[in-house]
Amino acid sequence: MENTRRNFLKIAGISALGFGVGSLVSATTQVEHEVAPTQQPAEHNTEKLPEPKPVENVKSESSTQSAVKTAGRWGMAIYTSKLTEPIRKKIISACHVTHNVPHMENKRHEIKWIWEEPYTHAFPENEHEYIDEKTHTQPFLTLCNHCNNPPCVRACPTKATFQRADGIVLMDFHRCIGCRFCMAACPYGSRSFNFRDPRPFISQLNMDFPTRMKGVVEKCNFCAERLEMGKMPACVEVSEGTIVFGDLHDPNSEIRHILKESYTIQRKQNLGTMPSVYYIV
Amino acid sequence: MNEKILIYGGLFVFCAVVTFPFWYNLGNASVAPEILLSAAAKEAQTCVADKSYMKNQHMQILNIWREDVVRQGTRSFQGMNGKMYTMSLSSGKDSCMGCHTNRSQFCDRCHTYASVNPYCWDCHITPKEIN
Amino acid sequence: MLETALKGTKKYWLWLMALSGVIGVAFACYIGQLYFGLGITGMSRDVSWGFYIAQFTFLVGVAAGGVMLVIPYYLHDYKKFGKITIIGEFVAVAALCMCLLFIVVDLGQPMRILNVWLHPTPGSVLFWDTLVLNGYLLLNIIVGWKVLEAERNSVAPPHWVKPLIYISIPFAFGIHTVTAYLYCGLPGRGFWLTAILAPRFLASAFAAGPAFVIMLCFLIRKVTRFDAGSEAIQTLSKIVTYALIANVFFFMCEVFVVFYSQIPEHMTHLKYLFAGHDGHGVLVPWMWVSILLMICGIILLVNPKTRRDERILPYTCGIIFVGTWIDKGLGMISGGFVPSPLHYYNEYVPTLQEIMISLGVWAIGFFVLTILLKIAVTVKEEVMVH
Repeated sequence: MENTRRNFLKIAGISALGFGVGSLVSATTQVEHEVAPTQQPAEHNTEKLPEPKPVENVKSESSTQSAVKTAGRWGMAIYTSKLTEPIRKKIISACHVTHNVPHMENKRHEIKWIWEEPYTHAFPENEHEYIDEKTHTQPFLTLCNHCNNPPCVRACPTKATFQRADGIVLMDFHRCIGCRFCMAACPYGSRSFNFRDPRPFISQLNMDFPTRMKGVVEKCNFCAERLEMGKMPACVEVSEGTIVFGDLHDPNSEIRHILKESYTIQRKQNLGTMPSVYYIV
Repeated sequence: MNEKILIYGGLFVFCAVVTFPFWYNLGNASVAPEILLSAAAKEAQTCVADKSYMKNQHMQILNIWREDVVRQGTRSFQGMNGKMYTMSLSSGKDSCMGCHTNRSQFCDRCHTYASVNPYCWDCHITPKEIN
Repeated sequence: MLETALKGTKKYWLWLMALSGVIGVAFACYIGQLYFGLGITGMSRDVSWGFYIAQFTFLVGVAAGGVMLVIPYYLHDYKKFGKITIIGEFVAVAALCMCLLFIVVDLGQPMRILNVWLHPTPGSVLFWDTLVLNGYLLLNIIVGWKVLEAERNSVAPPHWVKPLIYISIPFAFGIHTVTAYLYCGLPGRGFWLTAILAPRFLASAFAAGPAFVIMLCFLIRKVTRFDAGSEAIQTLSKIVTYALIANVFFFMCEVFVVFYSQIPEHMTHLKYLFAGHDGHGVLVPWMWVSILLMICGIILLVNPKTRRDERILPYTCGIIFVGTWIDKGLGMISGGFVPSPLHYYNEYVPTLQEIMISLGVWAIGFFVLTILLKIAVTVKEEVMVH
């Protein structure tokens, strides 16, 4: 906030002198350093903002009502065995409608933020010959892992994809040049590319979230825009308690209690990416 | 001699092509467009900064805003008038488009006149489109 | 010196016009891509890099190959290469133009390309790649031009050119090493995740680049009065021999490690490329042809009789060029993406429009190369007359 105001005044001052170009340069260089939302002074007027429509009417579980805004590191635990088919469908559609994720007919151009994957494909290196039937047949929900050591962020040549101090790996669609290096770097296939203009393929537009344009990469954003309004991610809100979301750095958080009590697995742990998504099988 | 013709001829063609936009539009100057304010904007009376500033520098403000919102997670902005605004082009009532609800009469008129084609609306949804 | 490119035979102009025609058609295709998006290509969510990036990778190698003329001449004072180092340098310039264009046509938002330098990211290999590629391009233009100009005026090149030549040597290795690092530093892509990728890239580069220069030497001898000299060509072909053997050797090392360790993540890609998987195997015949061509190349080069026979040598170089092109320009990129990290076999086949755009970039490269070589050869001929 402070930073913004300073910048704004600076621009106003400089441009008053008639250095339009100079101000643009100072603007882009000033805001470069990333500041965590944790370090921002809490804002008051956010309550006034309208609710995003797509998940508005859904009754949420008690766990999802505790509105947390900031975290040391956001994390997610998924009760895979509790995920029934209707819940999974509801989760996927809530996410995709909230974020204007298009439905592409051509499979090559597919865009997905959260989707179902059988064990064989979600955990390809954990598969073995005599794996129990339940694990083998149970679909898993896969999404961006918001790795603590994200290879996509390392690869991006423009910092269009970056990691915030609260652990969320975000995309800056304005800056992405569409080189797709991040897609090659992601070992989870969590990133999609807009091979064409996605607008015509969005059946139900959510006014409060932008769509994307052709030529940029997109993926799950852990609902950063909802967290900033003190809300839980869209998937968590409709999950009927099957997805728990919280601060991994807070030893008293619900997610930490769950991780303490249950056996959890992660996707491709051996790669050292340190995913923030945990699966309770 | 022959080369002289070629040189001067070439020079003439070059100058003609380079100055094409000028003589093509000669005498066709169009009048500056009338910008219509929406009811909401009229009621609010002031924008986040004064009018002349917004006229010249709104793109810079938007540029800062998008950096702040996307990269730093800041959403609130104190305007020149001391009021708090949500930094957003298109979501919410106190976003740009929340007040300037009439894109075609407000944004597009001037953009068309200035022959600029910003791609804001490739992604951001204006209220009208939803219908 | 540029004016020498403006006077040429009818064939010269016809060739340039033919290239312009290809460029024109390709440009129209590119406008289509710009308008629609990269959806016009065969690339997909799983195979997110395709023909463009593969051509880029191969051509970085051709560009780096020029250094195989520079090192013997400037570091070892091997005089026979004096006449043709300029060809190596100009091939590098043309190849680098193609490389940069292939990056541009591969971008989803090409208008934002300068973001790479506006928001410099030293942690990203792609950032470094743009720096070394542009640096090497600039070095080759300056060095090639200055040395040629000096030769035309029968004076020694300015002394500040020497350090630039020395700098260009590590740059040549740099461009292909950094390009290999684009791939081999990615977790979860078993095919590329190997320390031998950069050496392998360099080996195939030092085979493909000089092989191309040899073909050019024969062509120039045929259409102009300039002769590179049989000894220089023979030395160059020995360089190709060693590099090609090293390339095949490195590949065998890779095959051994992968199949002896039996780690599926690394095995699946090679299996897909050379045997196919469950009906997916568009590249299988290509890959075997590539191996076959490279082995034939080695046999024809190692055998002194066939190597010295100047009727056979250009064809040998041709099959080596094609063999290494299939290896890098077709297999290397697709092979890394199939199967995907989630073990899906979604194959990649380039579309016609995509191939057309690629052809256009190649045509631009050949256009640049033709002009540059025309200048170089005209200067050489002038010097010969005096």
